[in-house]
Formats: sequence, C-alpha cells, structure tokens
Amino acid sequence: MNTLEWTRRGLIAAATATVAFTGMAHADGHQMMDSVHFLIPGGAGGGWDGTARGTGEALVNSGLVGNATYENMSGGGGGVAIGNLIENADSSHGTLMVNSTPIVIRALTGEIAQSFRDLTLVAGTVGDYAALVVNAESPIMSMEDALAAYREAPQDFAIGGGSVPGGMDHLVAAIIMQGAGEDPTAFNYIGYDAGGEAMAGLLSGEIDALSTGFSEAVALADQGAIRILGVTAPERVPAYEEAPSFVEQGIDAQFVNWRGFFAAPGLPEDQLVAYQNLLAEMMDTPEWEEIRASMGLVNIFRPGDEFKAFLEGQEQQIGDLMRELGFL
Amino acid sequence: MLEGLMLGLSAAVTPFNLIMVVMGCVIGTLIGMLPGLGPMSIIAIMIPVAIGIGDPTAALILLSGVYYGAIFGGSTSSILLNAPGVAGTVATAFDGYPMARKGQAGKALTIAAVASFAGGTIGAILLMIFAPALSSVALLFHSAEYFALMVVGLSAIAAFAGTGQVAKALMMTILGLMMGTVGEGALSNMPRFTFGMMELQSGFSFITLAMAMFALPEALFLVMNPARAATGDSGKITGMRITGAEARSIAPVIGRQSIQGFFIGVLPGAGATIASFLGYAVERNIAKGAEQEEFGKGSIKGLAAPETANNAACTGSFVPLLTLGIPGSGTTAILLGALLALNVTPGPRLMTDEPQVFWAVIISMYIGNLVLLILNLPLIPYIAKILTIPRTFLIPFILFFTLMGSYLGQNNSTELLILVGFGVIATILRFADYPLAPLLIGFILGTMLEDNFGRAMQLYRGFGFLLERPMTLALLVLAALLVVLPSFRAYRARRRAEGVADGD
Repeated sequence: MNTLEWTRRGLIAAATATVAFTGMAHADGHQMMDSVHFLIPGGAGGGWDGTARGTGEALVNSGLVGNATYENMSGGGGGVAIGNLIENADSSHGTLMVNSTPIVIRALTGEIAQSFRDLTLVAGTVGDYAALVVNAESPIMSMEDALAAYREAPQDFAIGGGSVPGGMDHLVAAIIMQGAGEDPTAFNYIGYDAGGEAMAGLLSGEIDALSTGFSEAVALADQGAIRILGVTAPERVPAYEEAPSFVEQGIDAQFVNWRGFFAAPGLPEDQLVAYQNLLAEMMDTPEWEEIRASMGLVNIFRPGDEFKAFLEGQEQQIGDLMRELGFL
Repeated sequence: MLEGLMLGLSAAVTPFNLIMVVMGCVIGTLIGMLPGLGPMSIIAIMIPVAIGIGDPTAALILLSGVYYGAIFGGSTSSILLNAPGVAGTVATAFDGYPMARKGQAGKALTIAAVASFAGGTIGAILLMIFAPALSSVALLFHSAEYFALMVVGLSAIAAFAGTGQVAKALMMTILGLMMGTVGEGALSNMPRFTFGMMELQSGFSFITLAMAMFALPEALFLVMNPARAATGDSGKITGMRITGAEARSIAPVIGRQSIQGFFIGVLPGAGATIASFLGYAVERNIAKGAEQEEFGKGSIKGLAAPETANNAACTGSFVPLLTLGIPGSGTTAILLGALLALNVTPGPRLMTDEPQVFWAVIISMYIGNLVLLILNLPLIPYIAKILTIPRTFLIPFILFFTLMGSYLGQNNSTELLILVGFGVIATILRFADYPLAPLLIGFILGTMLEDNFGRAMQLYRGFGFLLERPMTLALLVLAALLVVLPSFRAYRARRRAEGVADGD
C-alpha cells in the first residue's frame, strides 16, 4: 500500500494538472521536439501521473513539443516500469519516465531491485516541502511547545502520517526530531493508509501532530483548520509566509520531496542534452507557471550531474536515518 | 438554512446547470453499467471537461451527477450479469443476481432504482439539515471505532452461513482475510506473502478479485452448461411491478438504511462499500425467520438494503469533503482536486465564503436523483432484455468487459493472469458449493480491520482502547448481538415448537 502515500498528493495534483487541458495549444514557431512519450510508473490519478501529465501539457501548450503521449504502468511501487524501461532501453529513447523521492527510499529497502543509477538522469523539476502540523484547536502553538509536550511524555505523543512506518512521512518526522536533538527512533509514529485518513486522524484528536506535504497543509491552514509548526524548506515559502521554517527555529531539518524525469540507460548524449534543454525551457513558460502554481509545488530545476549529486545526498540522508531507525 | 436553500436553487436551477445534471447522470449511468468501470475512472475522465466549463458550481454539479450516475448504473451489471463494476455494488449482486436468475430481473432493477433514489434523496435531506453539525460526526470515529465497525461488517458473514454452510462460509472468510494481507499494509513497510513477485506488492485489486469471484465463474458456468447457453432466459422475465406487500416490506429497510448508510458515508474512513456490507448484515440479522432464510437467494430486502445504503453513503461522503476538505475515498479525492483546480477550497469556511457552491451541490443532488429515477425506470424493461440475448453472444461480452475492467484498473497485464487464475479457482469452489461472497467481504474488511486494530493498539499501547472508548465497546457488543440474536431466536422458536409437539 506504499503507493497510497502518493495517491493523496497525487489525486489532487492530477486533477489540478488537468487544468492544462483547457489551455489553447499555440505553436509560435519555437518547437524543440516532435513528440515526447511519458512513462508513468503508477495508475491514473496518482502523483506521478499528475506531474507527467502537467509537464506534458505545459510542453504542448507552450508549443515546445508537438505531441505528448502517456503510458501508465503500475506495479511494484514503480519497479515494473523501471524494469520495463531498462529491458527495452534501445527502443525507448523517446521515453521520459517520471519518478520522485520513493525511488530512493524503495531502492534502499530493496522493494525495487534497481536504483536511479541504473537509469539516465535527465532532470529534477519540481518539489514539495514537508511540514509538521497540529490541529488548530491544539494547545501546541509552536514547535517549542510540541517538543515540550513530547519530552514530558514521549510515549503519549503520537505523530501520524499518510505512509507506512519507514515510509516518507515517517522519515520526515524522524528528520525533524533528529534536527531538534531528540532520538529519532523514540516517538510514536502512527501510519495511515492515505493522507486524507491521516488528516482526519489529526482533526479528530487521535494523533497529536501530523507529518504531511506542505502544499497539502497550506489549503487547510488557510482555512484555519490546522496550524503549521514548521516547514522543511531552507527559508519561508512564498505560498504561505506565515509558516516558519524549521531552520529559523534552530532545528536542522531540511527535506524536499522532488519529482523529476529519467530516461533509458544508454541514451545518447545529444538526446539527453536535448531533453534537458527542453525541460529547462519549459520551466520559464507561463503555461508551466500556471500548472506549477495550481499544484502548489516549487521549481527546483536540477539537470544531469546536479540531479545526481542531489539524489546521492538524499540517499545518504535517508539511508543513514533508516539504518538508525532500524529499517535497513 | 432557508436562505441558503434559495441561493442554491437560484444557482442550480439554471438551464445550463440542469443540462449539466442530466448530462452527468446519463454519462455516469451508461459508463457505470459497464463491469469494471467505477465512478473513480469515470470522474477522472470527466474532469478536464468539467474544468473546461470554468464555473465551479456547474463543474461540481456535472461531476457529482456523474458520481451518483455511476453508482446508480453500477448496480445494473451486478444484478443482470453478476459482474459488479464498483466495490459499492458488490453486495447488490448477493440478492440481485439470484432475483434475475429467477426471472425477476425487471423487478430487481426497479427495486434497485427506487432504493437508490430514496437513499440518495434522504441522504441529501440529511446533508442539508445537518451539514454544519455533521463535520463533528465525521471526526467522531478514531481507529478503535473503525476497527469495531469492521467487526460489525464481518457479521455479514453470518448471512452466508445458512443451513450446513457455517464451516464453508467461515473458511471462505478466512481465505479472504488472508488474501487481504498480501502486499504492504499501513503498519509495516515489509511486503508480505508476495513471494518475491513485484506485481503483488500493492496487494490484489478488489475489482479484479470481484470479477474473478463473480463474473468469470458465471461465464464459465454458462459455457459448461450448453442447454442454458443456447437460449437466453427469454420468457422468464416477468413483471417489473412491486406489489403492495413487497413495498411495505422494503419500506422500513430503505428508511433505516438511508440513515445508517448516510452516517457511515460521513465517516472519512468508511465509505459506500462498507455501508453496503453493513446495511446488508444488519438487515439480514434483524430480519425474522423465513425472510432471513431468503437472504442470499433473491430477497428483495437483501437487494434494497445495500442499494439504499451505498447511495446514501455517497451523499454522506460529501460531508467530510465539503466541510473539512478531507477526501474520504479515492473518488472524493479526485473531486477535491477538481475543486482546487477551480479555485474553490473546500473546508470549514466554504459555507460562508462560497455558499452558492455548497448549496447548489445539495440542490443538484435532489435533481440528480430525480433525473436518475425518471431516466432509469422507463428503460428498465429494455435493459432487462439484455438477459434474453442468447448466451453464445452474451458470454464473449461478459468476458471482454471483465478482462478490460480489471486491466484498466492497473494497466498491468499481470492483473489478467490473476483474474483468470482466481476465476478458475472460484469456479471449482462454486462446484463444491462454497459461498464466494464471504471471501470478498473478508478481503475488503480485513485490510481495514487490521490497519485500524494495529493503530488502536499502538495508540493505547495494548487493548486499553476496548475499555477507554465506550463507543468501541458498544459497537463490538452490537456485532456480537447481530451474530447471536438470530441463532437465539431460532433456538427459542425450536423450543417452542418442541413444546407444542409435546402437548403441554
């Protein structure tokens, strides 16, 4: 059920991404590629689906690409699609596969047999920060209060999330606790099947705090239903300036759930560069800006080697933490 | 409230929005009738169209029309072909299909339509009156209560433990519970019982399993029984009218299940499927004597209960979506995404910030349900005629849609192998007279049972929640009563009968 952790962010993102369907396609003579085929390792309506389709629509609507096609291939937490891309590498030069943080986590746990090293890294494009939130009616007003409550009765302080223990939301909570100088293995993590259920758990008072995606938290914080104690960005995010970053509260907790694109292994260098230029160009178009804003994500464009260094860093961060937590 | 109602009326009753309701209902019903295509896929297809409209009220009216249309239409394939396309209409097949086999297809479809209409409309009334207060109901249940609720749902198994079948029904339930453990649960990141197969990591898909248990054995049975295959069931379709006595017997069922289904729908962790199983279980276990025996063999009560409950629950599921901004199911999660794309943020402030959206949706629910009833009733005789098609033509269609439905869910060819493999096993089990419904109930409730139980244990560090949460205890006692009561009543009746025989 690990894919469900995606579904929540995903379904929302997917629906928002389809806004683009309505935009009028206009080619104003700067087309860079005839067509792009997107391979989506999860089902229709998931987070990967939303990212791929949003990107494809931006490419087509801005006239950068003539035509975009999509293929959903779910199974094995993304492993089926990765295996397929590697197996058919020679005939898949026209394919871009979307993926995100779980490719790092699941490769570490062995859930998927391959890792990002087995693929050609095109670029990381967008990301969503994580946040720790509490019910608006909670007496916990700040991260300081939360830590005080936790220190008083560590076992009674339950932090929930929409993923399994050892999944992304749990790891984010552990990163935050570790940054605050606490034992990341000591708090009581309660895993839910999906984000909606986890949010209901928070609002019903079953759990004390919730580890969730920032873009998701903003909508409910805006309505006054929840309070954001901290966001895992290096500084405050313009989409919701009220939310303090952990860094400014003296907690060294940074994390971004990135989304990016991969190609088949052995992709010729010139084609790789063409894809990277294409995505770089897209990031500056108004069509992309509209889609990105509606998905509540931030641009973090990192092509090729930069992407690789970032993934290695994340693998190190998450791997160390998982070893400490006893998941590896 | 009256003010809001007027606002909703003025927003919803425009020629354009009325067209949207009708269009949504028609599209939803037609696609929903196809086995394997549920509201989630239909809504996902319709979203670009809805967003293209630009007006959030009209878009939401269109999408909710599609939503209840799909649930409405979903019962058709359950009743006629034993091929539920939506998890919420699996329970409809329990009694709907036996009715169709007895030549009462028209009547079964009529009861389903009326029950759906009543469930949806009563649900909409409850939503209108209580919506602001209901957000707190949605948050009433913790994991402990969800666990207890699933136990109540499991008591539906008793319905299949009819004469001499207790052991078989229990075996099938346990098999279902076991199959529910395949893949990754919410409690651990270790895949279980996947035997290293990547395709099993996210577990079996419910639709594939439902097709394998119901639709496929049905088609295989027909193939193996050429006498029945050559001709359709022509001539066997009798009147679609419900007699006065029948109407009186299902009216209380519809009344109870509208309310029960609605409140289960309001809970973000439950939804239409749980509501339909619970509705079936409760009605079966409180039915008396001969009526209880009928359940599973073509009982009109057994058909009306899940049909009312699933529609009422769909309406109820709008409560957490609109008042809290929490999607309770995959379908409402897609709706939430569509709303956000239209710059409407559902949540506690929706009713004050954009009352026209809120009330227009409620009004459109009445209109939608009415449209569905008007649309469906005259069509029933023609839809029921599907059964008169010679089986030699019908079987390929059933097989095609069954395979397509399960492939579309995952876009993965392994699903087809799983479907056919389990289909063959299910056919053998049917030959050996094992009831297959308990397997599905065990499968769907098992996962949620385990997750919620595990969370409750973790939160209370042990079984403390049984005592600390009175509602959990009450629900568990209710489940025990539902199972014990019928046997107790039967025992007393037997004793009394014996007493009479003894002549004292």
